[in-house]
Amino acid sequence: MRPTRVTNSIRELRFARGRMTQAELADRVGVTRQTIIAIEQGRYSPSLEMAFQIAHALGATLDEVFQYPQDEGDPP
Amino acid sequence: MMSGLFYISGMALEEKRAWILAVVAACAYAVYLALVLPRLLDAPAADVPYAAALLWTAGIAVGTTIALHVAVRMAAPRDDGRRDERDREIGVFGEHVGHSFVVLGAVAALLLALAEADHFWIANALYLAFALSAITESISKIAAYRRGVPRW
Repeated sequence: MRPTRVTNSIRELRFARGRMTQAELADRVGVTRQTIIAIEQGRYSPSLEMAFQIAHALGATLDEVFQYPQDEGDPP
Repeated sequence: MMSGLFYISGMALEEKRAWILAVVAACAYAVYLALVLPRLLDAPAADVPYAAALLWTAGIAVGTTIALHVAVRMAAPRDDGRRDERDREIGVFGEHVGHSFVVLGAVAALLLALAEADHFWIANALYLAFALSAITESISKIAAYRRGVPRW
């Protein structure tokens, strides 16, 4: 079972931001390293507030960090 | 040695605590059954001495859990003990699962009392419910840490 359909580009953005480590990102956001790992692996869907904090820490917009697949027939 | 036992890389502190509670609760209840079941084979339930075994195993389980929680915290200095929103969400999920067994145990104890069953059966229904509550709560938390919190 995959608990969330939300995908993310955290790993790619961390490397694009000077190889920021998971621990560094966790410290900036104020969560545990295990939570960052779980989000990266799609095992945890963060709250909207945490999602914004991650985006800010990575210097990116929410859309650049998190993606949600659209079903066929969904309005764009 | 202690740090080698308790610092498992990549495991959240709360997940380690869930493992501790699951193992300790299961072991304590197994010891209790090993002490009381043979007595139940030799005598009617009303005459079976169970209170001391129940209190000792429950007390030792609580003490052991606290001691091991302190040990994992001390053995993992890199874990800052921070509890974030994922830990809280998983904690609520686990407690939700575990509390259902407490309710079932209370209902079973109520029905046994209404049926005027011996104290032995009422106390044991409650103790079983507490043990199952602790074990299922811990297993639910571990599963949520490993596979994610279920959505429904």
